[in-house]
Amino acid sequence: MSAPDSAQTSRWIETRMPVWQQLASRIKTLESDRTTDPEVIRETLRLYPELARDIAIARRVAPEGQLVRMLEGTYACVHQLVYQPPRNLTESLRRLVHHDLPVILYAMRWRLLSVTLLFVLSTLAGWMLVMAWPQTAGLFASPEMMDGVEAGELWTDHILHSTPSSVISAGIFTNNVSVAFLSIGIGVLFGLGTIYIIGLNGVMLGAVFALTAQHDLAGRLFNFVIAHGVVELSAIVLCGTSGLVLGESLARPGMKTRRQAFRDAAGDAARIGLVCGVFLIGAGIIEGYISPNPAFPLALRTLVGIGYGLLLFWVLAGTPSRQEIREGRWFSRFCQSAAD
Amino acid sequence: MSESINIASVTGIDVRMRIAGPGARSYAFIIDWHIRLLIALAWFLLGIILYGMGSASFEIQGLHSSWFFMVLLPALAIYTFYHPVLEILMAGRTPGKRMAGVRIVTLEGHVPGIGALIVRNLLRFVDSLPMFYALGLLCTMVTSQSVRVGDLAAGTVLIYDRPAGDTVKNLTEASLNRIGLQQNDLVRDLVSRWDELRPEVRRDLGEKLLMQLGVDIRGVKSDEVLFARLNLLLK
Repeated sequence: MSAPDSAQTSRWIETRMPVWQQLASRIKTLESDRTTDPEVIRETLRLYPELARDIAIARRVAPEGQLVRMLEGTYACVHQLVYQPPRNLTESLRRLVHHDLPVILYAMRWRLLSVTLLFVLSTLAGWMLVMAWPQTAGLFASPEMMDGVEAGELWTDHILHSTPSSVISAGIFTNNVSVAFLSIGIGVLFGLGTIYIIGLNGVMLGAVFALTAQHDLAGRLFNFVIAHGVVELSAIVLCGTSGLVLGESLARPGMKTRRQAFRDAAGDAARIGLVCGVFLIGAGIIEGYISPNPAFPLALRTLVGIGYGLLLFWVLAGTPSRQEIREGRWFSRFCQSAAD
Repeated sequence: MSESINIASVTGIDVRMRIAGPGARSYAFIIDWHIRLLIALAWFLLGIILYGMGSASFEIQGLHSSWFFMVLLPALAIYTFYHPVLEILMAGRTPGKRMAGVRIVTLEGHVPGIGALIVRNLLRFVDSLPMFYALGLLCTMVTSQSVRVGDLAAGTVLIYDRPAGDTVKNLTEASLNRIGLQQNDLVRDLVSRWDELRPEVRRDLGEKLLMQLGVDIRGVKSDEVLFARLNLLLK
């Protein structure tokens, strides 16, 4: 079959040009307006295979030419419009909460246990370090903090006098969300970055509690921490676990390719990170409004802390109904989701 | 290194999307970085002025929560959430990407979902390690599809965004009858790159092209006349 000559090509382009222009304007309409007349959609679908034929012809006439590139651009737009998966934010959220989160949590349960253990052991290490060598507290606390503690005052005691609750909350949740996301992202260093962050946070917590315990202030610090700390520490551990899984996907991808394993782990980590981020905002608000306010008694703080913590795990467990919990069916659903 | 992603379609003709390289990515990023920095700074400075703090030193006497929420937090939010928010709202584009002529798509060629765009932006700070996006840039240079860590994780790729019907208006029947489609392509390429080429190179290329097309170039002394002759072929 001989290649068409210039005159034939010109005639063909001239004939097809109005169709391409019409298609281009329809694409623009369809991209900007989702409530287009069904007739426009039908017409665009009819022109889709015609455009494919035009590309085949254009590729033969001028394989890498501008006409081919233009037609391919138009073709890609139509293809995208035709095959774009439907979007439903409500359904995505429902699936995230009822299905994805329990599946992810179940799959990472042993890593979650490992990271929790790492955090607990680091906290104990920090505690013992400062208890055995009190001078090492200077590694974890600023001189002003240490002076205050030695004078029998916590750095949190007068925080409301100098800074409004709203500012404290915003500052705290920004910082916590950053740390949580950092502990996920830094997992790409084969999990080592996450281990470092979790270990460091644990050691610091233990050391600060030891420092206050040496001056009989640990109870007051616990009083301050309990309302927000349950969710805050759980979220950091959860995000750390996601970071570790991310690192593991690179180190030993198993049956998947390294790229696919990384992509899957990142998707899971993002879901966990999203939920933790939302809960950390709440924890920041509690830390700004309830934790530093002496008007709230310990019992109420404990109730808030444990209640909020349970809410986090209720969401992560797939928001089981009361009946499911009563009949013990939620755990089987939890495992079933993971098996699906 | 792949130059394009090819997606099989029911018609038998692959959908071909050209992958944007590190240059186009960096160009888009630099534009975006300037835009978000300028908007965030503008908000911050306007806020300072409105709050009467625009004196010689920007010292803040006493931290007021309204100041924090109205001035500092929005400025930080603009800077931090510029990419994820705009990429979600503009279907994988940002003003910088639009100006650089690129956009984000999934490996299947679709507009990425919210989840993928969040993952992509969550890992932005990994790409920025140790500084100035060195890791991300290096990654785009060594990966087959010129992607950074965030793209690898999200399953996305940056492609050249060619709007539908982009060059149709520049093809005329007269020009095609005179010089044919392939030559029309060559002339158009040269004309579009005229200002970017060194004068001796563009002159050499222009003369060769015109001679090949049988155009008499005797007496053509200046660049302007040569350029006009080339343009005439496209009319």
